[in-house]
Amino acid sequence: MTLLACTGLTVRFGGLVALDGLDLAVAQGEILGLIGPNGSGKTTFFNVITGIYRASGGEARFGELELTALPPQRIYGAGITRTFQRSRLALPLSVFDNIMIGNHRLLHHGLWFNLFRRNALRAELEQNLHKARELVGTFSRALVDRLFDPVAGLSMIDRRRIEICRALISEPRLLLLDEPSAGMTHEETRELMDDILLVRERLAGLSIVIIEHEMNVIERVSQRCAVLNYGRKIAEGAYAQVAADREVQTAYLGTD
Amino acid sequence: MKRAIPGLIAIAAIAAFSYFFLHAESQVEVLGLVALAVIGIPILGRFGWIQRASASLDANRAGGRIAITVALLAIVWLFRDQHFAMLMVASVLLYTVACLGLTVQFGYAGVVNFAGAAFLGVGGYTSAVLGAHMPHVLVLAIGGLLAALLGSVLILPILRTRGHYAALITVAFGILFRTFVEVNDALGGPQGLQVKGMNLFGWDLNSPIGEFSFYTNYVLMGLGLSAIAFVLVRRLERSWVGLNLDAVRLDETACAVFGIDVARWKILAFTFGNFFAGVAGAAYAMMTGFVAPNSFTFGDSLIMVSIILLGGLGNAWGVALAAAIVLVLPEKLQALQEYRFLLYAVLVIAILMVRPQGLIPRRAREYFPR
Repeated sequence: MTLLACTGLTVRFGGLVALDGLDLAVAQGEILGLIGPNGSGKTTFFNVITGIYRASGGEARFGELELTALPPQRIYGAGITRTFQRSRLALPLSVFDNIMIGNHRLLHHGLWFNLFRRNALRAELEQNLHKARELVGTFSRALVDRLFDPVAGLSMIDRRRIEICRALISEPRLLLLDEPSAGMTHEETRELMDDILLVRERLAGLSIVIIEHEMNVIERVSQRCAVLNYGRKIAEGAYAQVAADREVQTAYLGTD
Repeated sequence: MKRAIPGLIAIAAIAAFSYFFLHAESQVEVLGLVALAVIGIPILGRFGWIQRASASLDANRAGGRIAITVALLAIVWLFRDQHFAMLMVASVLLYTVACLGLTVQFGYAGVVNFAGAAFLGVGGYTSAVLGAHMPHVLVLAIGGLLAALLGSVLILPILRTRGHYAALITVAFGILFRTFVEVNDALGGPQGLQVKGMNLFGWDLNSPIGEFSFYTNYVLMGLGLSAIAFVLVRRLERSWVGLNLDAVRLDETACAVFGIDVARWKILAFTFGNFFAGVAGAAYAMMTGFVAPNSFTFGDSLIMVSIILLGGLGNAWGVALAAAIVLVLPEKLQALQEYRFLLYAVLVIAILMVRPQGLIPRRAREYFPR
């Protein structure tokens, strides 16, 4: 079953065409690898899907919803979350606070509730604390004990874990990972990806789109790949198939 | 019980210091006390005594709060017949209320407000106009509501700008407010208006009880208001709402991606904060007995901003401490009276350079501390 279907998706910045008539579908439960040289439009694709950029043309259907017409808040509410290439955590806040930012959809935000129904708030807090402990525990036992430490004091890999937990805590239907391996060693990346796959098993039907430059990561986790170049899709299919594609090789290595 | 001792000693020491400071008459005494604090506190810090005291207060929060109230009441008792000292204490308490409001705006949501004095003024003029016509509890509430309402006029341009530009808008509003009341004859023009003393449920705060200064009544009232403000701001911070406000301050893009409505929370923080400033302004005007445009200048707004910066952005206790320092110090150092704005400027620059996190830095959120 198709979860996300983009047709002719286009993003222009003045004269620059960042995304040029992209047709791309993501099936439910699928892991799609999105690859391509720098500036080929991969992150732009995430930004337009999550409502940060306006589409200049084309459609992006997510179930019944037309994403290009929605503000980011609604898109999150529909079940799409993401991580950022350069970590966008709230550094002075605790690990738990950062993860709860991702849980916004499932919390009560009324002023009266938060100020005066303190017992109900406490119950909600306990429940979410339990949930956060469990999720963080999948990634790192040690991090569970630091749930109330500010993120600023944590290592790169822990920050990335927190970012992924923030994206997963609200149990989304589609997770967009923007270069999870950036700034980490091969070993750390491997560990992180294994943990993500572990969480995916619990969240039945979660689809993932992953942007990655580490080809061994893509090869290992993705079921299907799409390759972008200058905002266009130049190849699509299993990793082995696209890796052998002549146009893909040219895009990455240039012509001689 | 033993663990409570360092905390109690600290509170007693602060109370004793406040007593001597309020009591000091000669400039030599005052300067001596300032020097004692400036030199003594870092030394105490070096020997780990401040950390010990704060850990002890953390372990006994309720006890600490009772001790602080007792200490404050003891000071009230000691200065009960002195108008000036009591006026100072009450002013500090009411400014604490207003600056707690500013803390919600700037410290939590990151919405700058350089028009704090204007919102105090809205409350003050509300008292002047309505004070003779309705119960004063209502006047306080209306003062707060009007400040919040007037603030909502500013919200639109503030939401559409960021950083320096949003700051400039509030600066402009503050000046606008002052000019408006200055030329408005119905509001008394430059001379301002008289304000009736406060009367709460038949308790006339302007009539002294026994040998007490009538300002003592205002101290008690201020204590009540600041306690309410304190509890509300603390609860706000320790809730999902507080988390949303922090998130809005730190990264608006990340907020949007996780469903947080940036505009909604900025509006809430701004309105909430202005309400506090309005209530404090209404009470303050009833205490001093008059309002005039000159009490609500840009300089007065800067005082409020310097209080929240000095105290430690986002820390409620810091606000109370900084309000005490910023308001009382220039009154006591007569040599500084003329140069008080210079003092504030130096204080803010010094704090931003030496200790940008403020005197009492805010700590990571604990939703339900034991």
